[in-house]
Amino acid sequence: MKHNETMKDLGKDALKGMLRRMHEIRQFEEKIRFLFLEGKMPGTVHQYIGMEACAVGVCTALEEKDVIASTHRPHGHAIARGVSMDSIMGELYGKTTGCCGGKGGSMHVGDLERGMLPAIAIVGGNLPIVMGMGLAFKIRKEPRVAVSFFGDGASNEGAFHEALNMAAVYGVPALFVCENNRYGASTSVKRVMNIEHVSDRAAAYGMRGDMADGMDVIDVYTHALDAAARARKGDGPTLLELETFRLCGHSRRDPNNYMTDEEKKYWQKRDPIPSFETLLKEGKYMTDAEIKDLREAVEMSVDKAIQFGQQSPEPDPEALYQGLYVSMEVPR
Amino acid sequence: MRLGIAEALRKAIHDEMARDENVFCIGEDIGIPGGYGGAFTVTLGLEKDFRERIIDTPISEIGIFGAACGAALMGMRPIADVQYGDFLLCAMDQIVDQIAKIRYMSGGKLTMPVVMRAPVGVTGRGSQHAQCLEPYFMSCPGIKIVAPSTAYDAMGLLRSAVRDDDPVLMFEHKLLYGSKGIRAESGTVDASSEIPDEDYTVPIGRGIVRREGEDVTIIANLLMMHFSLTAAEMLEGEGISCEVIDPRTLWPLDLDLILQSVRKTGRVVIVEESPKQGGLGAEIGMQVCEHIPDYLLAPVARVAAPNTPAPFAPVLEKLYIPQPERIADTVRNMLVEY
Repeated sequence: MKHNETMKDLGKDALKGMLRRMHEIRQFEEKIRFLFLEGKMPGTVHQYIGMEACAVGVCTALEEKDVIASTHRPHGHAIARGVSMDSIMGELYGKTTGCCGGKGGSMHVGDLERGMLPAIAIVGGNLPIVMGMGLAFKIRKEPRVAVSFFGDGASNEGAFHEALNMAAVYGVPALFVCENNRYGASTSVKRVMNIEHVSDRAAAYGMRGDMADGMDVIDVYTHALDAAARARKGDGPTLLELETFRLCGHSRRDPNNYMTDEEKKYWQKRDPIPSFETLLKEGKYMTDAEIKDLREAVEMSVDKAIQFGQQSPEPDPEALYQGLYVSMEVPR
Repeated sequence: MRLGIAEALRKAIHDEMARDENVFCIGEDIGIPGGYGGAFTVTLGLEKDFRERIIDTPISEIGIFGAACGAALMGMRPIADVQYGDFLLCAMDQIVDQIAKIRYMSGGKLTMPVVMRAPVGVTGRGSQHAQCLEPYFMSCPGIKIVAPSTAYDAMGLLRSAVRDDDPVLMFEHKLLYGSKGIRAESGTVDASSEIPDEDYTVPIGRGIVRREGEDVTIIANLLMMHFSLTAAEMLEGEGISCEVIDPRTLWPLDLDLILQSVRKTGRVVIVEESPKQGGLGAEIGMQVCEHIPDYLLAPVARVAAPNTPAPFAPVLEKLYIPQPERIADTVRNMLVEY
């Protein structure tokens, strides 16, 4: 059976935990989509539906001291890394209980105490920062890994080039995870890239490049674990490309009219959640009944998070001026 | 011990790196044996004592400030520099969107102890190695800005900046460094100071009265502070008494010191080497108008560069930079009219 050995090594509890995270992300995203469309949620949202295997596969391969950085589409990474759904929902509602006290919002969720930098919403913006986090680990000789999640679009930014080149030159313990979901907003990668794979760009930096199936959580985990182990023992960074797809719009009300039906159908069939469930059942790790229970438990925790977010207190007006500087007040 | 600004900064950086192993330098050409020690010799030779903490980079300004940002988030205290202030613009996302905002976006949980150093000043290099960028960053909440015009302040402010938990951007003037050897600048103005042995600091947010006077307050930083002192001396012979204030920190401004002086003189001239549009004078002048309009005997005056990029032709460049004569003329006209 596919992934037999890896799944055995992970064991039932870990596998079940991975499925749970994937369901959490899916249900979190589906529910807030409706809340948003009903006008009950402020701001904007960029959703991670269809890409759950990427975040969960990579984060399962990490250790507690490692740090991830995310993008404008960060809910999945935050949930996968273990930031609580309550605090993410609090943040989406702009409440004091949010992981950034309501100052960040959807595009900046994260909690460094949980190993996730508040997300960086400028495309490509987190890559140089992750290189710098890796540099700090290297200077201090700490066995930690810094992980950047970014999309195919970010790989066309200048920041990508500078960050990867410097990461390779210094040999920092970093993992650059490109979630190639084939579209930068509405623009197909085919229009803006003359090469087949983002990971091919690693060669330009003398860096290791690798690829995994971003719709297969165990495959992602396997490749991420390998790359993280190499980084941790001083063998330098990896550019790991995950082939994936958004089974939802880019943001808010986007109906993805720029994608073909054929393409949507192809990727819908590769939805990472049912295929992982099939693997779990085939390997006798979980039964249909257990999966159903898990889904229902997740649904309850997502509903609870929504309620938590809605009922949490609004920030005090004075908070506007707080948390900018450490050693001075904001001049007014 | 008498030191120039480049030497004072070098000593301050050396001492801070020795004091705290989290302090490191990152920049272009800063620690290459046989090289220059940065564009103006500030880090010359530091690699001999701190090989692992003097990080030479590719020509990658986004990378330099991104690295500083990431390392600071992990508890390091980076000192990142560019060869010319103009190159900060290559890294604006990392500086303005990341370094300046991350703490606020995190709800005040994270700290960003980054020091950024940038040489400015119009110095015979044309438009792209010249710009005085102070006003750009004065409109960027989240960053403190210092601009030392003497070696004493350079050392004291650098120490304060490294020890501060907020991002601090230090503007340094090419004509004030006192760089030596192949990196010496023509037209250099002496900004050296007698440096005490003790570990002193100059607090961020405090300006200083460089010269006391009664008739008019001149506010100027970096090279313009020195030119303003020259103008004040010229005017003294004509019986005009100028008070010269060096803000030293541009954000947060030492408004108390400025207002105290203008209350006394009733007249204020702000001098800057950057274009007048949206400049230092606009901010400081408006602050004065907002806070103490009734004390003003004359409208606020600004002496600034024209609203153009810096030109190369030496004859035009001289017209571009506010000269002591121009500063003195502005003061004279103000006193004739008001």
